[in-house]
Amino acid sequence: MILILFFLLKDSLRFFQKVTLGEFLFGEKWYPISTPPKFGILPLIIGTFLVTITATVISVPLGVGCAVYIAEIANPRIKEYLKIIVELIAGIPSVVLGFIGLLILAPAAREILNLPTGLTAFTGAVILAFMAIPTIATISEDAINSVPRDYREAAMALGASRWQTISKILVPAAFSGILAAILLGIGRVIGETMVVMMVCGNASAIPKSIFQPVRTMTATIAAEMGETVQGSLHYEALFAIGLFLFIISFCINFLADLAIRRKGFKSR
Amino acid sequence: MSVKQKERIAFALLSLCGIIVVVPIFAILLLLVIKGLPAFSTGFLFGLNGTSGGGESIFPAIVGTICLVLVAILAAIPLGISSAIYLNEFASDSALTRIIRLSIVNLAGVPSVVYGLFGMGLFVVFLRFGTSILSGGLTLAFLILPVVITASEEALRTVPISFREAAMALGATRIQTISRVVLPNALPGMMTGAILGVSRAAGETAPILFTVAAFFLPRLPRSIFDQVMALPYHLYIITTQVPNEAEKYKYGTALTLVVLVFSLNIAAIIIRNKFRRNKKW
Repeated sequence: MILILFFLLKDSLRFFQKVTLGEFLFGEKWYPISTPPKFGILPLIIGTFLVTITATVISVPLGVGCAVYIAEIANPRIKEYLKIIVELIAGIPSVVLGFIGLLILAPAAREILNLPTGLTAFTGAVILAFMAIPTIATISEDAINSVPRDYREAAMALGASRWQTISKILVPAAFSGILAAILLGIGRVIGETMVVMMVCGNASAIPKSIFQPVRTMTATIAAEMGETVQGSLHYEALFAIGLFLFIISFCINFLADLAIRRKGFKSR
Repeated sequence: MSVKQKERIAFALLSLCGIIVVVPIFAILLLLVIKGLPAFSTGFLFGLNGTSGGGESIFPAIVGTICLVLVAILAAIPLGISSAIYLNEFASDSALTRIIRLSIVNLAGVPSVVYGLFGMGLFVVFLRFGTSILSGGLTLAFLILPVVITASEEALRTVPISFREAAMALGATRIQTISRVVLPNALPGMMTGAILGVSRAAGETAPILFTVAAFFLPRLPRSIFDQVMALPYHLYIITTQVPNEAEKYKYGTALTLVVLVFSLNIAAIIIRNKFRRNKKW
Protein backbone atom coordinates (compact mmCIF):
# COMPACT_ATOMS: atom_id res chain seq x y z
CA MET A 1 0.00 0.00 0.00
CA ILE A 2 2.69 2.43 1.03
CA LEU A 3 4.84 1.26 -1.88
CA ILE A 4 2.03 2.01 -4.31
CA LEU A 5 1.45 5.45 -2.86
CA PHE A 6 5.17 6.18 -2.97
CA PHE A 7 5.55 5.32 -6.63
CA LEU A 8 2.47 7.29 -7.61
CA LEU A 9 3.62 10.28 -5.60
CA LYS A 10 7.15 10.20 -6.96
CA ASP A 11 6.14 10.86 -10.53
CA SER A 12 3.09 13.00 -9.92
CA LEU A 13 4.94 15.40 -7.63
CA ARG A 14 7.36 16.16 -10.43
CA PHE A 15 4.30 16.89 -12.56
CA PHE A 16 2.82 19.33 -10.08
CA GLN A 17 6.04 21.30 -10.03
CA LYS A 18 5.33 22.23 -13.62
CA VAL A 19 1.54 22.35 -13.74
CA THR A 20 -0.56 23.83 -10.94
CA LEU A 21 -3.24 21.80 -9.20
CA GLY A 22 -5.91 24.26 -10.36
CA GLU A 23 -4.96 23.91 -14.01
CA PHE A 24 -4.89 20.14 -13.65
CA LEU A 25 -8.26 19.71 -11.94
CA PHE A 26 -10.25 22.47 -13.64
CA GLY A 27 -8.64 22.88 -17.03
CA GLU A 28 -11.22 22.21 -19.68
CA LYS A 29 -8.85 20.85 -22.29
CA TRP A 30 -6.87 17.63 -22.34
CA TYR A 31 -4.43 17.94 -25.25
CA PRO A 32 -1.33 16.21 -23.95
CA ILE A 33 0.54 16.06 -27.24
CA SER A 34 -0.16 19.45 -28.79
CA THR A 35 2.26 22.35 -28.30
CA PRO A 36 1.93 23.81 -25.78
CA PRO A 37 0.32 20.74 -24.13
CA LYS A 38 -2.77 21.20 -22.00
CA PHE A 39 -3.38 18.93 -19.02
CA GLY A 40 -6.87 19.78 -17.79
CA ILE A 41 -8.64 16.67 -16.57
CA LEU A 42 -12.06 18.28 -16.08
CA PRO A 43 -13.52 16.52 -19.17
CA LEU A 44 -12.18 13.22 -17.86
CA ILE A 45 -13.59 13.83 -14.38
CA ILE A 46 -16.97 14.73 -15.85
CA GLY A 47 -16.81 11.66 -18.10
CA THR A 48 -16.04 9.43 -15.13
CA PHE A 49 -18.82 10.87 -13.00
CA LEU A 50 -21.40 10.80 -15.78
CA VAL A 51 -20.74 7.12 -16.43
CA THR A 52 -20.60 6.32 -12.72
CA ILE A 53 -23.84 8.08 -11.84
CA THR A 54 -25.74 6.48 -14.71
CA ALA A 55 -24.40 3.06 -13.80
CA THR A 56 -25.33 3.61 -10.15
CA VAL A 57 -28.87 4.65 -11.02
CA ILE A 58 -29.29 1.41 -12.99
CA SER A 59 -27.50 -0.98 -10.66
CA VAL A 60 -28.73 0.12 -7.22
CA PRO A 61 -32.42 -0.81 -7.60
CA LEU A 62 -31.55 -4.05 -9.38
CA GLY A 63 -28.76 -4.99 -6.98
CA VAL A 64 -30.67 -4.22 -3.80
CA GLY A 65 -33.85 -5.80 -5.21
CA CYS A 66 -31.90 -8.91 -6.06
CA ALA A 67 -30.41 -8.98 -2.55
CA VAL A 68 -33.84 -8.74 -0.92
CA TYR A 69 -35.14 -11.46 -3.21
CA ILE A 70 -32.23 -13.78 -2.38
CA ALA A 71 -32.30 -13.07 1.34
CA GLU A 72 -36.03 -13.06 2.03
CA ILE A 73 -38.21 -14.41 -0.75
CA ALA A 74 -36.46 -17.10 -2.80
CA ASN A 75 -36.85 -20.68 -1.63
CA PRO A 76 -33.64 -22.36 -0.43
CA ARG A 77 -32.89 -24.20 -3.68
CA ILE A 78 -33.26 -21.15 -5.93
CA LYS A 79 -31.32 -19.17 -3.34
CA GLU A 80 -28.29 -21.48 -3.59
CA TYR A 81 -28.24 -21.30 -7.39
CA LEU A 82 -28.80 -17.55 -7.51
CA LYS A 83 -25.93 -16.93 -5.13
CA ILE A 84 -23.61 -19.01 -7.29
CA ILE A 85 -24.73 -17.21 -10.45
CA VAL A 86 -24.18 -13.81 -8.86
CA GLU A 87 -20.68 -14.90 -7.85
CA LEU A 88 -19.99 -16.04 -11.40
CA ILE A 89 -21.12 -12.69 -12.81
CA ALA A 90 -18.58 -11.05 -10.53
CA GLY A 91 -15.94 -13.30 -12.04
CA ILE A 92 -16.49 -12.46 -15.72
CA PRO A 93 -13.32 -10.76 -16.97
CA SER A 94 -14.03 -7.12 -17.74
CA VAL A 95 -12.48 -7.36 -21.18
CA VAL A 96 -15.11 -9.96 -22.15
CA LEU A 97 -17.89 -7.62 -21.07
CA GLY A 98 -16.26 -4.82 -23.01
CA PHE A 99 -16.16 -7.13 -26.00
CA ILE A 100 -19.88 -7.89 -25.68
CA GLY A 101 -20.62 -4.19 -25.27
CA LEU A 102 -18.64 -3.33 -28.37
CA LEU A 103 -20.03 -6.02 -30.64
CA ILE A 104 -23.61 -6.45 -29.41
CA LEU A 105 -24.80 -3.62 -27.19
CA ALA A 106 -23.29 -0.64 -29.02
CA PRO A 107 -24.82 -1.44 -32.45
CA ALA A 108 -28.12 -2.21 -30.73
CA ALA A 109 -28.05 1.11 -28.86
CA ARG A 110 -27.32 2.96 -32.09
CA GLU A 111 -30.28 1.35 -33.85
CA ILE A 112 -32.80 1.62 -31.04
CA LEU A 113 -31.93 5.11 -29.80
CA ASN A 114 -31.18 6.40 -33.29
CA LEU A 115 -27.72 7.81 -32.45
CA PRO A 116 -24.76 8.59 -34.70
CA THR A 117 -22.63 6.16 -32.67
CA GLY A 118 -23.43 3.45 -30.17
CA LEU A 119 -20.23 4.08 -28.24
CA THR A 120 -21.62 6.41 -25.58
CA ALA A 121 -21.55 7.02 -21.86
CA PHE A 122 -24.93 5.32 -21.62
CA THR A 123 -23.82 2.09 -23.30
CA GLY A 124 -20.78 1.90 -21.05
CA ALA A 125 -22.90 2.59 -17.98
CA VAL A 126 -25.23 -0.31 -18.77
CA ILE A 127 -22.30 -2.74 -18.85
CA LEU A 128 -20.75 -1.21 -15.74
CA ALA A 129 -24.06 -1.50 -13.92
CA PHE A 130 -24.00 -5.21 -14.72
CA MET A 131 -20.52 -5.39 -13.17
CA ALA A 132 -21.52 -3.48 -10.04
CA ILE A 133 -24.63 -5.58 -9.35
CA PRO A 134 -22.79 -8.60 -7.87
CA THR A 135 -20.90 -6.37 -5.42
CA ILE A 136 -24.05 -4.54 -4.37
CA ALA A 137 -26.18 -7.70 -4.17
CA THR A 138 -23.71 -9.81 -2.16
CA ILE A 139 -22.88 -7.19 0.46
CA SER A 140 -26.51 -6.01 0.80
CA GLU A 141 -27.61 -9.60 1.27
CA ASP A 142 -25.08 -10.04 4.07
CA ALA A 143 -26.37 -6.85 5.66
CA ILE A 144 -29.99 -8.04 5.50
CA ASN A 145 -29.07 -11.46 6.85
CA SER A 146 -27.25 -9.93 9.79
CA VAL A 147 -30.37 -8.14 11.08
CA PRO A 148 -31.21 -9.98 14.32
CA ARG A 149 -34.03 -12.54 14.17
CA ASP A 150 -35.89 -10.75 16.95
CA TYR A 151 -36.64 -7.83 14.62
CA ARG A 152 -38.30 -10.12 12.12
CA GLU A 153 -40.22 -12.04 14.78
CA ALA A 154 -41.34 -8.90 16.58
CA ALA A 155 -42.68 -7.39 13.35
CA MET A 156 -44.51 -10.59 12.44
CA ALA A 157 -45.96 -10.84 15.95
CA LEU A 158 -47.38 -7.35 15.56
CA GLY A 159 -49.29 -8.60 12.52
CA ALA A 160 -47.10 -7.14 9.78
CA SER A 161 -47.14 -8.91 6.43
CA ARG A 162 -43.88 -10.25 5.00
CA TRP A 163 -43.56 -7.26 2.67
CA GLN A 164 -44.26 -4.81 5.49
CA THR A 165 -41.59 -6.54 7.57
CA ILE A 166 -39.09 -6.29 4.72
CA SER A 167 -39.78 -2.72 3.68
CA LYS A 168 -40.39 -1.13 7.08
CA ILE A 169 -38.11 -3.16 9.37
CA LEU A 170 -35.40 -5.17 7.65
CA VAL A 171 -34.25 -2.74 4.95
CA PRO A 172 -34.10 0.28 7.29
CA ALA A 173 -32.26 -1.81 9.90
CA ALA A 174 -29.75 -3.01 7.30
CA PHE A 175 -29.48 0.44 5.76
CA SER A 176 -25.88 1.21 6.69
CA GLY A 177 -24.76 -2.14 5.29
CA ILE A 178 -26.66 -1.51 2.07
CA LEU A 179 -25.07 1.94 1.86
CA ALA A 180 -21.64 0.35 2.18
CA ALA A 181 -22.59 -2.09 -0.58
CA ILE A 182 -23.60 0.77 -2.86
CA LEU A 183 -20.37 2.67 -2.13
CA LEU A 184 -18.25 -0.37 -2.92
CA GLY A 185 -20.25 -0.88 -6.12
CA ILE A 186 -19.52 2.74 -7.09
CA GLY A 187 -15.86 2.16 -6.31
CA ARG A 188 -15.80 -0.77 -8.69
CA VAL A 189 -17.41 1.32 -11.46
CA ILE A 190 -15.02 4.27 -11.06
CA GLY A 191 -12.00 2.00 -11.21
CA GLU A 192 -13.11 -0.05 -14.17
CA THR A 193 -10.87 0.46 -17.18
CA MET A 194 -11.30 -1.96 -20.03
CA VAL A 195 -15.07 -1.63 -20.44
CA VAL A 196 -15.02 2.14 -20.60
CA MET A 197 -12.03 2.16 -22.90
CA MET A 198 -13.76 -0.18 -25.34
CA VAL A 199 -17.36 1.00 -25.11
CA CYS A 200 -17.54 4.68 -24.12
CA GLY A 201 -16.09 6.14 -27.30
CA ASN A 202 -13.01 7.87 -25.86
CA ALA A 203 -13.73 11.48 -26.81
CA SER A 204 -11.97 13.79 -24.40
CA ALA A 205 -14.42 16.69 -24.77
CA ILE A 206 -16.94 17.71 -22.12
CA PRO A 207 -20.09 15.74 -23.03
CA LYS A 208 -23.49 17.42 -23.24
CA SER A 209 -25.64 14.35 -22.63
CA ILE A 210 -25.25 10.72 -21.64
CA PHE A 211 -25.79 9.68 -25.24
CA GLN A 212 -22.46 11.12 -26.34
CA PRO A 213 -19.04 9.51 -26.31
CA VAL A 214 -17.00 10.24 -23.18
CA ARG A 215 -13.62 9.33 -21.85
CA THR A 216 -12.85 8.47 -18.25
CA MET A 217 -9.73 8.89 -16.17
CA THR A 218 -8.96 5.18 -16.13
CA ALA A 219 -9.33 4.84 -19.89
CA THR A 220 -7.02 7.79 -20.45
CA ILE A 221 -4.25 6.19 -18.43
CA ALA A 222 -4.65 2.86 -20.17
CA ALA A 223 -4.92 4.29 -23.67
CA GLU A 224 -2.09 6.80 -23.52
CA MET A 225 0.51 5.13 -21.32
CA GLY A 226 1.79 3.02 -24.19
CA GLU A 227 2.52 6.07 -26.33
CA THR A 228 4.33 8.27 -23.86
CA VAL A 229 8.04 8.65 -23.32
CA GLN A 230 9.17 7.64 -19.85
CA GLY A 231 9.86 10.68 -17.72
CA SER A 232 8.06 13.13 -20.03
CA LEU A 233 5.49 15.57 -18.73
CA HIS A 234 2.72 13.51 -20.30
CA TYR A 235 3.98 10.38 -18.49
CA GLU A 236 4.00 12.26 -15.20
CA ALA A 237 0.51 13.63 -15.91
CA LEU A 238 -0.83 10.08 -16.24
CA PHE A 239 0.70 9.19 -12.87
CA ALA A 240 -1.00 12.27 -11.43
CA ILE A 241 -4.35 10.96 -12.71
CA GLY A 242 -3.49 7.62 -11.12
CA LEU A 243 -2.84 9.34 -7.79
CA PHE A 244 -6.16 11.17 -8.06
CA LEU A 245 -7.98 7.87 -8.70
CA PHE A 246 -6.15 6.26 -5.81
CA ILE A 247 -7.30 9.05 -3.47
CA ILE A 248 -10.91 8.73 -4.68
CA SER A 249 -10.94 4.96 -4.16
CA PHE A 250 -9.37 5.39 -0.73
CA CYS A 251 -12.12 7.84 0.30
CA ILE A 252 -14.89 5.56 -0.98
CA ASN A 253 -13.50 2.53 0.83
CA PHE A 254 -13.01 4.50 4.00
CA LEU A 255 -16.62 5.73 3.93
CA ALA A 256 -17.87 2.21 3.21
CA ASP A 257 -15.84 0.90 6.15
CA LEU A 258 -17.39 3.56 8.41
CA ALA A 259 -20.88 2.65 7.17
CA ILE A 260 -20.33 -1.05 7.91
CA ARG A 261 -19.19 -0.29 11.44
CA ARG A 262 -22.09 2.02 12.21
CA LYS A 263 -24.88 -0.52 12.31
CA GLY A 264 -28.45 0.49 13.02
CA PHE A 265 -28.81 -2.23 15.63
CA LYS A 266 -26.84 -3.97 18.33
CA SER A 267 -25.63 -7.32 17.15
CA ARG A 268 -25.20 -10.04 19.73
CA MET B 1 -54.83 -1.45 -2.35
CA SER B 2 -54.88 -4.08 0.30
CA VAL B 3 -51.80 -5.26 2.15
CA LYS B 4 -51.93 -8.59 0.32
CA GLN B 5 -52.05 -7.00 -3.11
CA LYS B 6 -49.18 -4.68 -2.29
CA GLU B 7 -47.16 -7.63 -1.12
CA ARG B 8 -47.86 -9.55 -4.31
CA ILE B 9 -46.80 -6.64 -6.52
CA ALA B 10 -43.65 -6.00 -4.48
CA PHE B 11 -42.63 -9.66 -4.58
CA ALA B 12 -43.24 -9.82 -8.32
CA LEU B 13 -41.00 -6.78 -8.84
CA LEU B 14 -38.28 -8.26 -6.66
CA SER B 15 -38.37 -11.57 -8.51
CA LEU B 16 -38.11 -9.56 -11.71
CA CYS B 17 -34.90 -8.00 -10.36
CA GLY B 18 -33.54 -11.49 -9.84
CA ILE B 19 -34.48 -12.47 -13.39
CA ILE B 20 -33.03 -9.31 -14.97
CA VAL B 21 -29.75 -9.97 -13.20
CA VAL B 22 -29.58 -13.63 -14.17
CA VAL B 23 -30.79 -13.60 -17.79
CA PRO B 24 -27.94 -11.57 -19.36
CA ILE B 25 -25.25 -13.95 -18.15
CA PHE B 26 -26.95 -16.91 -19.81
CA ALA B 27 -27.52 -14.86 -22.96
CA ILE B 28 -23.84 -13.92 -23.04
CA LEU B 29 -22.70 -17.50 -22.51
CA LEU B 30 -25.04 -18.82 -25.19
CA LEU B 31 -23.88 -16.18 -27.65
CA LEU B 32 -20.22 -16.91 -27.00
CA VAL B 33 -20.76 -20.64 -27.42
CA ILE B 34 -22.77 -20.32 -30.63
CA LYS B 35 -20.44 -17.85 -32.31
CA GLY B 36 -17.20 -19.04 -30.79
CA LEU B 37 -17.35 -22.81 -31.15
CA PRO B 38 -16.73 -22.81 -34.94
CA ALA B 39 -13.30 -21.28 -34.29
CA PHE B 40 -12.10 -24.21 -32.21
CA SER B 41 -9.60 -26.49 -33.85
CA THR B 42 -6.19 -27.79 -32.88
CA GLY B 43 -4.66 -25.00 -34.94
CA PHE B 44 -6.60 -22.36 -32.98
CA LEU B 45 -5.74 -23.74 -29.58
CA PHE B 46 -2.24 -25.13 -30.18
CA GLY B 47 -0.93 -23.62 -33.39
CA LEU B 48 1.95 -21.16 -33.56
CA ASN B 49 1.51 -19.94 -37.12
CA GLY B 50 -0.57 -16.81 -36.63
CA THR B 51 -0.24 -14.58 -39.65
CA SER B 52 -1.78 -11.13 -40.16
CA GLY B 53 -3.24 -10.11 -36.80
CA GLY B 54 -2.54 -13.39 -35.09
CA GLY B 55 -6.19 -14.23 -34.42
CA GLU B 56 -5.92 -17.67 -35.99
CA SER B 57 -3.99 -19.09 -33.09
CA ILE B 58 -4.25 -18.28 -29.42
CA PHE B 59 -1.65 -20.76 -28.20
CA PRO B 60 1.01 -18.12 -27.39
CA ALA B 61 -1.60 -16.11 -25.49
CA ILE B 62 -2.69 -19.15 -23.46
CA VAL B 63 0.91 -19.98 -22.57
CA GLY B 64 1.53 -16.33 -21.70
CA THR B 65 -1.45 -16.20 -19.37
CA ILE B 66 -0.36 -19.42 -17.65
CA CYS B 67 3.16 -18.03 -17.09
CA LEU B 68 1.79 -14.79 -15.66
CA VAL B 69 -0.60 -16.57 -13.34
CA LEU B 70 2.18 -18.89 -12.12
CA VAL B 71 4.46 -15.99 -11.24
CA ALA B 72 1.59 -14.12 -9.58
CA ILE B 73 0.47 -17.08 -7.51
CA LEU B 74 4.01 -18.10 -6.47
CA ALA B 75 4.55 -14.59 -5.18
CA ALA B 76 1.12 -13.91 -3.69
CA ILE B 77 0.34 -17.18 -1.88
CA PRO B 78 3.30 -17.42 0.53
CA LEU B 79 3.08 -13.70 1.27
CA GLY B 80 -0.71 -13.70 1.57
CA ILE B 81 -0.95 -16.78 3.78
CA SER B 82 1.83 -15.69 6.10
CA SER B 83 0.30 -12.26 6.58
CA ALA B 84 -3.06 -13.91 7.26
CA ILE B 85 -1.43 -16.18 9.86
CA TYR B 86 0.28 -13.20 11.45
CA LEU B 87 -2.91 -11.13 11.53
CA ASN B 88 -5.11 -13.90 12.88
CA GLU B 89 -2.79 -15.85 15.19
CA PHE B 90 -0.13 -13.50 16.46
CA ALA B 91 -1.12 -9.87 16.08
CA SER B 92 -2.74 -8.18 19.03
CA ASP B 93 -5.56 -5.75 18.45
CA SER B 94 -3.33 -2.68 18.30
CA ALA B 95 -3.47 0.50 16.24
CA LEU B 96 -0.88 -1.01 13.89
CA THR B 97 -2.99 -4.08 13.09
CA ARG B 98 -5.98 -1.87 12.53
CA ILE B 99 -4.01 0.20 10.03
CA ILE B 100 -2.82 -2.97 8.29
CA ARG B 101 -6.37 -4.28 8.05
CA LEU B 102 -7.67 -0.99 6.73
CA SER B 103 -5.00 -0.88 4.05
CA ILE B 104 -5.83 -4.44 2.96
CA VAL B 105 -9.48 -3.44 2.57
CA ASN B 106 -8.41 -0.37 0.64
CA LEU B 107 -6.01 -2.29 -1.57
CA ALA B 108 -8.93 -4.42 -2.72
CA GLY B 109 -10.67 -1.27 -3.96
CA VAL B 110 -7.78 0.33 -5.83
CA PRO B 111 -8.54 0.53 -9.57
CA SER B 112 -6.70 -2.14 -11.52
CA VAL B 113 -5.20 0.41 -13.90
CA VAL B 114 -3.54 2.08 -10.92
CA TYR B 115 -1.88 -1.27 -10.13
CA GLY B 116 -0.65 -1.13 -13.71
CA LEU B 117 0.93 2.28 -13.13
CA PHE B 118 2.46 1.07 -9.90
CA GLY B 119 3.85 -2.04 -11.56
CA MET B 120 5.31 0.09 -14.28
CA GLY B 121 6.89 2.50 -11.80
CA LEU B 122 8.32 -0.18 -9.51
CA PHE B 123 9.10 -3.26 -11.58
CA VAL B 124 9.53 -2.01 -15.13
CA VAL B 125 11.36 1.26 -14.52
CA PHE B 126 12.78 1.31 -10.99
CA LEU B 127 13.89 -2.32 -10.68
CA ARG B 128 14.70 -2.48 -14.40
CA PHE B 129 12.84 -5.75 -15.08
CA GLY B 130 11.57 -4.20 -18.32
CA THR B 131 8.24 -5.21 -19.78
CA SER B 132 8.47 -8.88 -18.90
CA ILE B 133 6.63 -11.85 -17.42
CA LEU B 134 8.30 -11.08 -14.10
CA SER B 135 7.03 -7.46 -13.99
CA GLY B 136 3.51 -8.41 -15.08
CA GLY B 137 3.29 -11.43 -12.78
CA LEU B 138 4.44 -9.46 -9.75
CA THR B 139 1.99 -6.66 -10.55
CA LEU B 140 -0.82 -9.22 -10.69
CA ALA B 141 0.47 -10.68 -7.41
CA PHE B 142 -0.09 -7.33 -5.69
CA LEU B 143 -3.55 -7.17 -7.25
CA ILE B 144 -4.66 -10.55 -5.87
CA LEU B 145 -2.94 -10.22 -2.50
CA PRO B 146 -6.03 -8.74 -0.78
CA VAL B 147 -8.19 -11.62 -2.09
CA VAL B 148 -5.74 -14.23 -0.80
CA ILE B 149 -5.26 -12.55 2.59
CA THR B 150 -8.98 -12.03 3.22
CA ALA B 151 -9.91 -15.60 2.27
CA SER B 152 -7.06 -17.13 4.29
CA GLU B 153 -7.90 -15.08 7.35
CA GLU B 154 -11.53 -16.11 7.05
CA ALA B 155 -10.43 -19.75 6.85
CA LEU B 156 -8.22 -19.42 9.93
CA ARG B 157 -10.98 -17.76 11.86
CA THR B 158 -13.37 -20.68 11.31
CA VAL B 159 -11.01 -23.06 13.13
CA PRO B 160 -12.44 -23.10 16.67
CA ILE B 161 -10.42 -21.79 19.60
CA SER B 162 -10.94 -25.14 21.36
CA PHE B 163 -8.74 -26.86 18.72
CA ARG B 164 -5.91 -24.50 19.60
CA GLU B 165 -6.45 -24.90 23.33
CA ALA B 166 -6.50 -28.69 23.01
CA ALA B 167 -3.20 -28.67 21.11
CA MET B 168 -1.63 -26.32 23.63
CA ALA B 169 -2.89 -28.48 26.51
CA LEU B 170 -1.06 -31.45 24.99
CA GLY B 171 2.15 -29.47 25.24
CA ALA B 172 2.46 -28.30 21.63
CA THR B 173 4.26 -25.04 21.04
CA ARG B 174 2.50 -22.22 19.22
CA ILE B 175 4.30 -22.98 15.97
CA GLN B 176 3.41 -26.69 16.27
CA THR B 177 -0.20 -25.82 16.99
CA ILE B 178 -0.42 -23.60 13.94
CA SER B 179 1.39 -25.88 11.51
CA ARG B 180 -0.11 -29.23 12.62
CA VAL B 181 -3.59 -28.32 13.82
CA VAL B 182 -4.77 -24.95 12.59
CA LEU B 183 -3.36 -24.93 9.05
CA PRO B 184 -4.61 -28.39 7.94
CA ASN B 185 -8.11 -27.45 9.10
CA ALA B 186 -8.01 -24.10 7.32
CA LEU B 187 -6.53 -25.48 4.11
CA PRO B 188 -9.70 -25.81 1.99
CA GLY B 189 -10.67 -22.23 2.77
CA MET B 190 -7.22 -21.04 1.79
CA MET B 191 -7.41 -23.06 -1.44
CA THR B 192 -10.65 -21.25 -2.28
CA GLY B 193 -8.92 -17.91 -1.86
CA ALA B 194 -5.97 -19.01 -3.96
CA ILE B 195 -8.18 -20.25 -6.80
CA LEU B 196 -10.23 -17.06 -6.80
CA GLY B 197 -6.96 -15.15 -6.95
CA VAL B 198 -5.83 -17.20 -9.94
CA SER B 199 -9.07 -16.57 -11.79
CA ARG B 200 -8.86 -12.85 -11.09
CA ALA B 201 -5.24 -12.72 -12.30
CA ALA B 202 -6.12 -14.65 -15.45
CA GLY B 203 -8.90 -12.27 -16.41
CA GLU B 204 -7.34 -8.88 -15.69
CA THR B 205 -6.20 -6.71 -18.57
CA ALA B 206 -5.44 -3.23 -17.29
CA PRO B 207 -2.49 -4.14 -15.01
CA ILE B 208 -0.64 -5.98 -17.76
CA LEU B 209 -1.13 -3.33 -20.44
CA PHE B 210 2.14 -1.59 -19.69
CA THR B 211 4.00 -4.22 -17.70
CA VAL B 212 4.15 -7.28 -19.93
CA ALA B 213 1.75 -7.60 -22.79
CA ALA B 214 3.00 -7.96 -26.34
CA PHE B 215 0.82 -6.87 -29.21
CA PHE B 216 1.64 -9.84 -31.37
CA LEU B 217 4.41 -12.32 -30.64
CA PRO B 218 3.83 -15.72 -32.21
CA ARG B 219 6.41 -17.65 -30.26
CA LEU B 220 6.75 -19.06 -26.79
CA PRO B 221 8.59 -17.18 -24.03
CA ARG B 222 12.13 -18.36 -23.27
CA SER B 223 12.67 -16.75 -19.88
CA ILE B 224 10.78 -14.74 -17.32
CA PHE B 225 12.31 -11.60 -18.78
CA ASP B 226 10.52 -12.14 -22.10
CA GLN B 227 7.41 -10.30 -23.20
CA VAL B 228 4.38 -12.51 -23.80
CA MET B 229 0.91 -12.27 -25.19
CA ALA B 230 -1.94 -12.81 -22.71
CA LEU B 231 -5.50 -13.94 -23.38
CA PRO B 232 -7.41 -10.89 -22.10
CA TYR B 233 -5.04 -8.43 -23.76
CA HIS B 234 -5.15 -10.46 -26.97
CA LEU B 235 -8.95 -10.26 -26.97
CA TYR B 236 -8.76 -6.51 -26.48
CA ILE B 237 -6.30 -6.15 -29.36
CA ILE B 238 -8.16 -8.27 -31.88
CA THR B 239 -11.48 -6.55 -31.15
CA THR B 240 -10.28 -2.97 -31.18
CA GLN B 241 -7.00 -2.69 -33.07
CA VAL B 242 -7.23 -5.27 -35.84
CA PRO B 243 -9.87 -4.07 -38.29
CA ASN B 244 -10.87 -7.19 -40.20
CA GLU B 245 -10.31 -10.09 -37.89
CA ALA B 246 -12.76 -12.95 -38.55
CA GLU B 247 -15.63 -12.79 -36.07
CA LYS B 248 -15.38 -16.42 -35.01
CA TYR B 249 -11.83 -15.92 -33.74
CA LYS B 250 -12.91 -13.02 -31.56
CA TYR B 251 -15.75 -15.01 -30.08
CA GLY B 252 -13.53 -18.06 -29.80
CA THR B 253 -10.95 -16.11 -27.79
CA ALA B 254 -13.63 -14.64 -25.53
CA LEU B 255 -15.12 -18.09 -25.01
CA THR B 256 -11.74 -19.59 -24.10
CA LEU B 257 -11.14 -16.86 -21.52
CA VAL B 258 -14.61 -17.20 -20.01
CA VAL B 259 -14.38 -20.99 -19.83
CA LEU B 260 -10.97 -20.74 -18.12
CA VAL B 261 -12.13 -18.20 -15.54
CA PHE B 262 -15.49 -19.87 -14.89
CA SER B 263 -14.03 -23.31 -14.35
CA LEU B 264 -11.64 -21.86 -11.77
CA ASN B 265 -14.47 -20.03 -10.03
CA ILE B 266 -16.72 -23.06 -10.02
CA ALA B 267 -13.90 -25.21 -8.63
CA ALA B 268 -13.47 -22.67 -5.81
CA ILE B 269 -17.20 -22.70 -5.06
CA ILE B 270 -17.35 -26.51 -5.02
CA ILE B 271 -14.39 -26.82 -2.66
CA ARG B 272 -15.91 -24.24 -0.35
CA ASN B 273 -19.35 -25.85 -0.27
CA LYS B 274 -17.89 -29.30 0.35
CA PHE B 275 -15.78 -27.88 3.14
CA ARG B 276 -18.79 -26.22 4.75
CA ARG B 277 -20.82 -29.41 4.57
CA ASN B 278 -18.06 -31.61 6.02
CA LYS B 279 -17.42 -29.30 8.92
CA LYS B 280 -18.21 -31.22 12.08
CA TRP B 281 -17.74 -28.52 14.66
